[in-house]
Amino acid sequence: MLSRIQFAANISFHILFPTINIALCWVLLFFKVRFNQTQDESWLRVYRFWVRIFALTFGIGVVSGITMSFQFGTNWPGYMATVGNIAGPLLGYEVMTAFFLEASFLSIMLFGMDRVSNRVHTIATVLVSFGTTLSAFWILSLNSWMHTPAGFEMIDGVAHVTSWLEVIFNPSMPYRFMHMLLASGLTTAFLISGISAYRLLKGDNKKSVKQALNFSVILAAVLIPIQIFVGDLHGLNTFKNQPAKVAAMEGAWDTETHVPLLLFALPNEQKRENSFEVKVPNMASIILTHDSAGEVKGLNDFVDKHPPVAPVFFSFRIMIGIGVLMLIFSWLATYQYVIKKRYPPWLLKTGIAMTFSGWLATLAGWYVTEIGRQPFLVTGILRTKDAVTTTPPENIAMSLTLYLVIYGFLLIAYIRTLFVMANRAVVLEKSNASLTETGSSVEPNIPLADEGEK
Amino acid sequence: MISTPVDWLPIVFVGLMGLSFLVYAILDGYDLGVGVLLPLDNPQQRDMMIYSIGPFWDANETWLVMAIGLLLIAFPNAYSLIFQALYLPTALMLAGLILRGVSFDFRTKALSADKNKWEYAFKFGSLLATLSQGYMLGRYITSFEDTWLSLGFSVLSAICVTAGYCFIGAAWLVMKTEGELQQRAAKWAKYTNILMALGIVAVCLTNLLIDQQIMNKWLGGIQAIMLVPITLLLGFTFVTVHRYLDKVPMENDLGCWLPFTAAVMIFILCFCGLGYSFYPYIVPFKTTIFEAASARESLWFIFVGAAVVLPMIIGYTIFSYKVFWGKTTKLNY
Repeated sequence: MLSRIQFAANISFHILFPTINIALCWVLLFFKVRFNQTQDESWLRVYRFWVRIFALTFGIGVVSGITMSFQFGTNWPGYMATVGNIAGPLLGYEVMTAFFLEASFLSIMLFGMDRVSNRVHTIATVLVSFGTTLSAFWILSLNSWMHTPAGFEMIDGVAHVTSWLEVIFNPSMPYRFMHMLLASGLTTAFLISGISAYRLLKGDNKKSVKQALNFSVILAAVLIPIQIFVGDLHGLNTFKNQPAKVAAMEGAWDTETHVPLLLFALPNEQKRENSFEVKVPNMASIILTHDSAGEVKGLNDFVDKHPPVAPVFFSFRIMIGIGVLMLIFSWLATYQYVIKKRYPPWLLKTGIAMTFSGWLATLAGWYVTEIGRQPFLVTGILRTKDAVTTTPPENIAMSLTLYLVIYGFLLIAYIRTLFVMANRAVVLEKSNASLTETGSSVEPNIPLADEGEK
Repeated sequence: MISTPVDWLPIVFVGLMGLSFLVYAILDGYDLGVGVLLPLDNPQQRDMMIYSIGPFWDANETWLVMAIGLLLIAFPNAYSLIFQALYLPTALMLAGLILRGVSFDFRTKALSADKNKWEYAFKFGSLLATLSQGYMLGRYITSFEDTWLSLGFSVLSAICVTAGYCFIGAAWLVMKTEGELQQRAAKWAKYTNILMALGIVAVCLTNLLIDQQIMNKWLGGIQAIMLVPITLLLGFTFVTVHRYLDKVPMENDLGCWLPFTAAVMIFILCFCGLGYSFYPYIVPFKTTIFEAASARESLWFIFVGAAVVLPMIIGYTIFSYKVFWGKTTKLNY
């Protein structure tokens, strides 16, 4: 149990940072390319502000990722023993093809601007973006395989590969990968719009801030409908491959036709029924089977083989709920930008409130999919309880406490630092102060890049 | 997919893994060492020292992931055995690496009042990581025995590995910096050099005494002759470096790369010695690499990738070092 909590804590913490970085890197590339095209200094300013946030996020992502890679072995020995022949090479390819690429070119991207030509610097940015995406590809390939295993045979309880292509491009992989990339795009878009709105409200009227805000608003407005579409496909795929998970998401106990969509309910696993149902008749059948009389398998068909219902059920609703909020906000904001040419303060304030909405939705989504796989670690092959370590619980308790303290602390430090950086940029703009007076002991050069319009 | 069972694969993989560990010890060794050496009394020197490793530490640390990854991929059972035995020191090492990795980024971005705190966190994290790594090495060498002798040896190993990392870190600084800091680094290098030399002697002796098999391997026959050139080479290196460090700074910075090169050589020699002692075991005297290796078809799959990708990695690593060649300057971005 402690191992589970520890891994959940680690993975929840880790996922926050790649989620930002996968897309943020491409966004940075966009800023850089815009600068190359227009030679407009303000694009460079946006780039410089956000590349530092990228570096910070990347740093935390890397170290928490290293921790995760150790935990596969330390806390889940049964996992490697059973499916190590598959998990190992996929993780190995991630390190070899993506990890080194990112880490090596990141330093050129960050510190190399004065040392390499503009072209090489842009190429470094491309390579880092490519690396982060490739990294996501391998990890999601492995993760998807755990949901929908394919391309292997079991010999003496150990998985052996029969086709690497089938392993890598397993049935749920394309959907999960797309869903995650889009989630990353949305998380980044809302982060950028939140921080930019904050700067704008504080009186930072630079062109670069508005450019970032406009860009992120449009990005979100475009991505969210695509995400809803892909999410639907992903759901259909899950319905086909993991019906027990979908049953938990829908809170459906009995196999039925004309299944209603539950907007809200309190699933009760002891009584195996829901209370306080608020429902839309036939809707779940329509969504899942595109037929109002479609049959949806209920949880009672999977006794002992279905996940805990309540966490999956609620996580799913949180994810959808935030998605709807994102849609409303981004379309309103786009309307304001395109038609009215200005953002009203209440909208900016909402933007700030939604700075980390992408994180919440992503976490909720991951809980749906990961808790939804229980009681299996690898669907149909390996139960979670059979994979866990025999390390004494007090050791795990110790390491868990250690991680929780560090992670809690880092999360606070991260969020605080984002706003400190935003504030610093604002202060500089407002007073247009000389460098020596405003925290130059911290970083003499950075604020220069963010000086106000001349 | 070709999946003929070929048994040179475990050897290739233990070689690759060994290489990754060695590269890690050298590369992350120097940046960890620089972290441990951060002076409490001089913020400017701290800045400069962190600048000197700024563009590199991230990629350096990736070699650890690579080495651990190869162990995990190629020898999963050994991995489980080793890291269940080393559960707590691993957790501590990771905590150290996390602390240090994030401090590097936070220190320039936090409020100025917090900058010192993040730098101390950087130093403390580096120290925690090096001590845990040394301790883990000691535990590994003594086959994870739970005797006082074995634990004592592990503590000794923790100190010696830290000294070794500090030495290579100081040598790095001699190469990458100038002026007062360079002289200070030369002093650090001198002391840690002595400490490391003592450590190596102690570790070698204990190592020979701890297990009959190792003793036989080194002293049990004709191969004992190998000890002579190795010892001479090590001795010569130590003395040369020591005498050079006394003379820093030389005119035109002559030979500033010398201590670092020597450190690399010492690391390689020690590492080969260890490798020779334990081959073909992957868990000392319990499991050999052939028993522990995972399915050959998986190894083959990753081997093909490694053959293509590794040269590329080495290529752009060299490129990255070339971009940041020469004396350290302020990092701007």
